Amino acid sequence: MAKPRIGIFSFTSCEGCSLAILECENELLDVLAIVDIVNFREGMTEKEDDVDIAFVDGALSTRRDVEHMKHIREHSGLVVAIGACAHTGGVPAMKNNLNLDETKRYVFGDQADHFDSIPARPLCAEVQVDAALPGCPMDRAEFLRLVLDVAQGKTFRLPNYPVCVECKLQGNPCLFDLGLDCMGVVARAGCNAVCPTFGDPCEACRGYVDHPNTQSHQEVLTKAGRTVEEIMHRYTRYNSFKPEHVQ
Amino acid sequence: MAQQDLAINIENVTRIEGHGDIVVNVTNGNLEKCELRVTESPRFFEAMLRGRPFTDAVHMTCRICGICSAGHTCASIRAMENALGLTVSEQTTLLRRLMLHGEYLQSHYLHVLFLAAPDFLGVGSVIPLATTHPDVVKMALRLKRMSNDICHIVGGRHIMPISLRAGGFTRIPQAADLAQCRERLVESVKDIEVCADLASKIFNNPALEREMEFVAVTDPGTYPFLKGKVASSYGTVVDEMNWTDLIHERVELHSTSKHVSTDSGPYMAGALARYNINHEWLRPESKAAASALGLKPGCNNSFYNNQAQVVEIVECTLDAIDVIDELLTRGLDYDDVVGASMNSVDWKPGRGAAAVEVPRGILFHDYTVGEDGLIADANLCIPTGQNYGSIEADMRTLVPTILDKPREEIGLTLEMLVRAYDPCISCSVHLLNVEFVD
Repeated sequence: MAKPRIGIFSFTSCEGCSLAILECENELLDVLAIVDIVNFREGMTEKEDDVDIAFVDGALSTRRDVEHMKHIREHSGLVVAIGACAHTGGVPAMKNNLNLDETKRYVFGDQADHFDSIPARPLCAEVQVDAALPGCPMDRAEFLRLVLDVAQGKTFRLPNYPVCVECKLQGNPCLFDLGLDCMGVVARAGCNAVCPTFGDPCEACRGYVDHPNTQSHQEVLTKAGRTVEEIMHRYTRYNSFKPEHVQ
Repeated sequence: MAQQDLAINIENVTRIEGHGDIVVNVTNGNLEKCELRVTESPRFFEAMLRGRPFTDAVHMTCRICGICSAGHTCASIRAMENALGLTVSEQTTLLRRLMLHGEYLQSHYLHVLFLAAPDFLGVGSVIPLATTHPDVVKMALRLKRMSNDICHIVGGRHIMPISLRAGGFTRIPQAADLAQCRERLVESVKDIEVCADLASKIFNNPALEREMEFVAVTDPGTYPFLKGKVASSYGTVVDEMNWTDLIHERVELHSTSKHVSTDSGPYMAGALARYNINHEWLRPESKAAASALGLKPGCNNSFYNNQAQVVEIVECTLDAIDVIDELLTRGLDYDDVVGASMNSVDWKPGRGAAAVEVPRGILFHDYTVGEDGLIADANLCIPTGQNYGSIEADMRTLVPTILDKPREEIGLTLEMLVRAYDPCISCSVHLLNVEFVD
């Protein structure tokens, strides 16, 4: 069997998730033994269009982004969204809550239209996405697992239980008991609850579990004297995107 | 004979962070256009920060850039401490310095060995080198892993650190983990000798000479990273709070990043600027590395930024070892922690700015926090944005001197020039709007 050809592409983002692939230092040479990387602007000069798997980081936030993404979709077997920006719209989608026209016009005056900027959206708002590696940044172990699963013809699955489960396994005190808010009750696990473990609340950078137990979150919040609405309003860093932003 | 007409349009320069095009136009022997067009999509970070609690600043701004997230973290927390009137413990400062060294090491190793070196070896990426130079590639991967692990141990994660906050750390690393970092740093010293030797053999810089201004943090007596005053090689020195007295930003229509200059014009920030301004405070080992690499104070050829990064690899490694020794000798205070909420620090409203040297140059964060604890104003000025003017000035100097070369070679030389600055384009296009719309 020929080695799968991989492309790594980047849109509106910090490119941290592309970088996270280079950070698989201990496994990189083994990965290169089972796949060929044929397009990776951040790391190599060669550029080939047709790939078996396209790993794409970043949200789509310009018309140029959207056109390029459609081109990638046409030339790729599988499209994998890597990181929160590609998966949920992430940090770039926070700008959707601003008055974009006003902001642009204030800065550029009558030159505002010169700069291409549209509401930021996850890849799935424009093209079919076959899998996602969520998180800000994506988890490099999860990336390696996906590459292995695809190479072996297995189905890749994400954990579908909340960060709370992993946080308990880490033996952390509950952040609500320390007077902090936390999204761990409804956020998708797979990060090993790394933020709460290092003393910081979960902000659901991996998105929500498929059927979030908002009931349980509500109970926890009520006990802490907070409402779900307050929390959802407060934690917009990764889950700001709404379908109406692109209508 | 030199070409009379030349049109170069390199879309999406590779092996740099972010999206930028090189555009050169020569007609009848006249250089008509010479631009680095920045096409990265804007993200409006400063506008998004406004109205959010001051505790959000660090974890939002570190997401401006995956490569420099620890650098943004350090600049953000120091600026916020200046705004809120917070002071931090000696242990906190030492741990931050260690974090920043981990970031420098991973960033410089990535740039020198993975992004710049392939040009000088005539290949398109590091991948073919895994077959032709397996030992070097394995060493490069090992060094990068060590650097990332330092950041992981100190901050919880290298890309997007977790435990660094205005006021202190939310978690203190274990002494045993720091001791292990120290061991790996000591072991890396012999790898650095191999790197420096390799760099001196392969980095044959194109000739380039023009009158240049450099700007870097300075703190006489030490080679500065985390704090100091802001100095120009032309003599002006200002306090970090008054950085806008020296540095001015403006919009250029061919770039989604703002351009930055002093009153004298464009300037260069980064390893070469730090070296030129602060070389006398380097350790003897770093000075020896510089002279072995042919790098001399007052160097006006920006390609030497690659060499200056190698010198800083030596400096950061040795300083990181000293910092760990000091932390372990003092003994770690695990109770020296701060909470993640606003009321866990004793703050007051106000404005604060900080200048921090990050791998690609001097980084400014500037915040104003209101009585309600919400961010009223934010301004961030990024090294790569500061360097665009200098890159274009270099291109204008360089192109006429190489017009007799084949078109491909001219294109490659210009790409190498852009890469030598180690630009981080995502960073520079974090904004578009500096002032807020009321």
